[in-house]
Amino acid sequence: MHLVYPLVVASLLFGIGVYGVLARRNVVLVLMSVELMLNAVNLNLVAFDAWWRDAALHSGQVFSLFVIVIAAAELGVGLAIVLSVFRHRSTVDIDRIDQLSDREPTPGARR
Amino acid sequence: MSSVAWLVPGAPAVLAAVALLLGRRLPGGPAVVSLLGTLTATVVAIGLLPSALAHPARTVVHSYVYTPTGGVALHVGTSVNGLSAVLAVMVCLVSLLVQVYSIGYLHGDRRLPSYFAWVSLFTAAMLLVVVASDLLELYVGWEVMGICSYLLVGHYRESRGAGVAAIKAFLVTRLGDVAFLFGIFALGTAAHSFAIADVTRVSGLPHGTVVAGTLLLLGGVVGKSAQFPLQTWLPDAMAGPTPVSALIHAATMVAAGVFVVARLYPDFAASPVTMTVLALSAVVTMLLSALAALVQDDLKRVLAWSTVSQLAYMTAGLAVGGYQPALFHLLNHAAFKALLFLAAGAVLHAVGTNLMSEMGGLWRRMPLTFVTFCVGALALAGVPPFSGAFSKDTILDAARRVASGDHAATGVSSWLGVTVYAAGLVTVVLTALYTTRMVARTFLGPRHDDAALDDTSWAMAAPLVILALPSAGLGVLALHRFLPTWLPSPVAGTFGVDVAWAPLLLTLALVAVSVVAVLLLVRAKPDRDPALLLRPPVRLALAAGLGVDAAYRSFVVRPVMGLARLVLAVDTDVVDGTVNASGRTARWAGGVVKLTQSGNVQAYATLMLLGVVVLAIAVAVP
Repeated sequence: MHLVYPLVVASLLFGIGVYGVLARRNVVLVLMSVELMLNAVNLNLVAFDAWWRDAALHSGQVFSLFVIVIAAAELGVGLAIVLSVFRHRSTVDIDRIDQLSDREPTPGARR
Repeated sequence: MSSVAWLVPGAPAVLAAVALLLGRRLPGGPAVVSLLGTLTATVVAIGLLPSALAHPARTVVHSYVYTPTGGVALHVGTSVNGLSAVLAVMVCLVSLLVQVYSIGYLHGDRRLPSYFAWVSLFTAAMLLVVVASDLLELYVGWEVMGICSYLLVGHYRESRGAGVAAIKAFLVTRLGDVAFLFGIFALGTAAHSFAIADVTRVSGLPHGTVVAGTLLLLGGVVGKSAQFPLQTWLPDAMAGPTPVSALIHAATMVAAGVFVVARLYPDFAASPVTMTVLALSAVVTMLLSALAALVQDDLKRVLAWSTVSQLAYMTAGLAVGGYQPALFHLLNHAAFKALLFLAAGAVLHAVGTNLMSEMGGLWRRMPLTFVTFCVGALALAGVPPFSGAFSKDTILDAARRVASGDHAATGVSSWLGVTVYAAGLVTVVLTALYTTRMVARTFLGPRHDDAALDDTSWAMAAPLVILALPSAGLGVLALHRFLPTWLPSPVAGTFGVDVAWAPLLLTLALVAVSVVAVLLLVRAKPDRDPALLLRPPVRLALAAGLGVDAAYRSFVVRPVMGLARLVLAVDTDVVDGTVNASGRTARWAGGVVKLTQSGNVQAYATLMLLGVVVLAIAVAVP
């Protein structure tokens, strides 16, 4: 199989992930978009592993396994944070979680 | 004995510090400490007298510290001759009596430790001037006196007048001191030594330097001795306690100016220009201040203006070559002016006002004060045999001899002698007038209220009695015994203290007519101030010292204040403005940068992505 197919799919996935991270307002969806980007990378790793025919180590595949494991762990932490934020603020809207901004707090805004 | 001469200024200076730091804790309080210092100085000074007076023209110098400075060396030591020994005794005695008097006068004052410390330090500074062997050492004493006068005049610092008067006294004398310092530099660098013995060896100095140096020194002399045009500080200095006035007017401070001229007389006598300036200043001063004394209502201000006028006699005497007469008058004046101030202080202490219009008829209530005040007044007015008559007359006689064509040792021309003699005679009349008016307004006439007045306590009475003796007798005694031999002139050809009887009779007649005239006026209308005979514009102008203060205000104070405001404006608008503008710019720039700090994570991520893209392009496109 030609290398270009998996690469195109991976770029599409990564592009969708970037869009999701930058544009979605729901934190859960942002996290999902991060997963999309990671998986785009995984796809790349696996595709190049096959293309290089790295029979001795299969480093691309091993690497992607690591990425999957760490992504799972990261998602666990991320979702825990989201839960905690939701408990405190009753919202998961990323636009309203801007307490670290250097602005005068808008009157009446929920902290 | 002269090897311990350093104790003369040293003991009061050290005990001044003790009085200031431990005055409250020691038994007897600060007065005892301070008296102890002055007493030590007095004993040492009297001990110095016999050997100094055996050879009064010889100056015994003890240099204790020699400081190689790389340039002109600095000697710190004492030099004692007849002049400094006699003056040291005079200063010590007056200071001693003033301190005893202060115990009574300032009884219960809150700031006694600092008061006695400053009086003691003041005395020490004057004694340092008197026995200094080096011009820079003398200058130290000179400046310490300046700061002590500031502190003492401002003793009642709660009152605004005292504070302002203290600052004025300090600034005006300081104005002269700047010139004085440069005069020291001029003479010292020319002589390659600041030692007085070297500086007064005038033959080795270029004439131009001597003229310039003495003219500069004259600035300090005129400032300290309150001569025209720097006379304005002395009447205002009356805001201080009366004993301080006595000290400033009799023994320290104002006497220092006359003393310095006498000490450096070879230099001054070698410069006729300087002596002409000094004589003209003295002529203006004696007339102006005697006229001002004529119309004052404040008893202490009358005395202050009379001091200015009497000091002008001394400087005029020195200027026309009357070395001994001037110093004779300095001694007499110290005695009778201290007496007058202390007696006036007793009156103020009892009556509670300075104004003569609220006094009158006090002679029956305060007989001792009245008698001693009269002794001082007679000496001031110049009635023989009281002291002031002879010294004043010998000064006038020196001026008369210059006027009649005798060569003056200072080289001034005969027209100056005429001027000084004429002004002196007019001042004799004026002095007699204001002195009589002062006595009459204070002690004679009707008493306005019948409140009981006590005559003074022993601490205040004893100094009055003691000072009355030299005020009455020092003139005759000095004239016939010690003065001609004890105070020999360092310059050849000066006038001695021989009394010429015919001119003395002339001045006597003038004095007698003036005194009798005022007494008759007062007798005719006891309630009326003789000064009211002058028309109001004249009287007010005289009371204000003929507008010298006003002239200073418009020509010196206002421009200086304007300049100060300009400097302030430059500071607030330019310097502060620059600093504030840099601060504002930084804040504004921070505000611009702050816009990116939105707190929106997605905005940060977008910027990060942009950065990555830019970097990627930069790497990919070489």
